[in-house]
Amino acid sequence: MSDIADRVKKIVVEHLGVEEEKVTENASFIDDLGADSLDTVELVMAFEEEFGIEIPDDAAETIQTFGDAVKFISEAA
Amino acid sequence: MFDLTGKSALITGASGGIGGGIARALHAAGATVALSGTRTGPLEELAAELGGRAHVLACNLSDAAAVEALPKQAADAMGAVDILVNNAGITRDQLAMRMSDEDWTQVIEVNLTSTFRLCRGVLRGMMKARWGRIVNITSIVGATGNTGQANYAASKAGVVAMSKSLAAEVASRGITVNAVAPGFIGTAMTDKLNDEQKARILGQVPMGRMGEAQDIAAAVLYLSSLEAGYVTGATLHVNGGMAML
Repeated sequence: MSDIADRVKKIVVEHLGVEEEKVTENASFIDDLGADSLDTVELVMAFEEEFGIEIPDDAAETIQTFGDAVKFISEAA
Repeated sequence: MFDLTGKSALITGASGGIGGGIARALHAAGATVALSGTRTGPLEELAAELGGRAHVLACNLSDAAAVEALPKQAADAMGAVDILVNNAGITRDQLAMRMSDEDWTQVIEVNLTSTFRLCRGVLRGMMKARWGRIVNITSIVGATGNTGQANYAASKAGVVAMSKSLAAEVASRGITVNAVAPGFIGTAMTDKLNDEQKARILGQVPMGRMGEAQDIAAAVLYLSSLEAGYVTGATLHVNGGMAML
């Protein structure tokens, strides 16, 4: 697993308080990992900080799963 | 009680009567304050009066870019914005039939839209801190309406509904959003009324006197405090009984 994926996973595990095994490629933050809409805003904020990138609101809306987040950040960072 | 030591507060409209009173009250409770307003002269004077823990940040709230920049400037100056008091407001009174689009738009822009922008701007920091207090100053006329103030009353009612919506969104993160609704308070805004108008309004106030800036400041201090942590989405009316809502 790439370094970016590891760092994203760490943020998700810490923020949502879920077990690491549950954070899989297609795991949806809201449907599978118990996030509410405010959690997803906070996750995006945490990603921006960790990777020093800006995630615009329209892009943030497309980040629904762990895989989406890793893909977006890999392309942006 | 109501110790704000270590907290940082951004107050808009701090050059006015009520805003100045709010700034003095929060500062006296130990908060560091950022005083915002369009007129820097009175802000500098207030900062000098307060001594330490006071910063002056000029901002014209009808300038969207300046409004967007203000929360960051305040955080840079104070290290954080733990408390936001949206107090700035303008009036452009006119009977609705004679009210221009410009009078309408300006009042909505400053009183409602800039208040929203500032709330949005401080929420990120408050979410991370898991603590925040937003106090929006509305008005008795936002609940009752008032002749000649269709624009102002609409903007103030808008502030109440917006505050409730934000309160619901961020309550789980330790952030409260409340409103304070002043009644008839002696300030530059009410000085514009003539004696006859003042006498007529006072006739509707059971307390028989105008309120003072300190009356509003005390309500804001309470809602900014740790002790008010379970109060959110509320509107605290401070009006001498003029409207019992």
